[in-house]
Amino acid sequence: MAENVTPRVRAPREASVGEVVSVRTLISHPMESGMRRDGDGNVIPRSIINRFVCTFNGEVVVDVTMEPSIATNPYFQFEAKVMESGTFNFTWYDDDGSVYEDSSDITVS
Amino acid sequence: MSLTRREFVGTSLTSAAAFAALPSLSFAATADEAIAAYYRRRGHIGCRDHLDRARNCRERLNTVQIEVSAPGAEEIIMFAAGNPNPNVATFKFGPMSGSQAATTRIRLASEQDVVAIAKMPDGSFLKAVSNVKVTIGGCGG
Repeated sequence: MAENVTPRVRAPREASVGEVVSVRTLISHPMESGMRRDGDGNVIPRSIINRFVCTFNGEVVVDVTMEPSIATNPYFQFEAKVMESGTFNFTWYDDDGSVYEDSSDITVS
Repeated sequence: MSLTRREFVGTSLTSAAAFAALPSLSFAATADEAIAAYYRRRGHIGCRDHLDRARNCRERLNTVQIEVSAPGAEEIIMFAAGNPNPNVATFKFGPMSGSQAATTRIRLASEQDVVAIAKMPDGSFLKAVSNVKVTIGGCGG
């Protein structure tokens, strides 16, 4: 069970119509790969975030399937094309069933 | 109906679902073979990456920031051929994406090739390979 999982998002608050904006996300998570062993030689069970989705006004920007090779505190940077004001919604899906969410509004003029 | 192994692997890659169905441990080799046999044209897929040496001197010995881009692709899948589990991530780009590019940070067990394969809307595949050096235990490399 991952503790203190905190999503952080950086996206612009304002943009012009049709502009391509850069979005950066970071979420604190140990991303235990399932390959490591503890001091007694027992395998530490896998516990990662396995999927990340970013949508803008309900339409998908990027949908990422993640594997254990993704580093601790998964970081993503990508671009979205905004044609109207709206909200970015960010969702992370944990192996343990937890879902972490964040959002960011943008005004397009 | 008889299929050679090569044809079978190539066919299985035509559906995105097959990405997940293939056994992960043999994925690096089979993916390489399958794509080599299957993809029809080589495009300008870019795979740039760099090693953050400053960070490598500290606790995150093998964390590497990777940037991948493939203009027009609908999906990019990444492998780290030298990792125990070579699968890294699959990026699917939706209608609101501004570019078919993404940056993330991955773990690498050692110096190895990072492979990116882009699936284009016409069903073809593009591949890029980039060798990444990882400095473990110091900043010398």
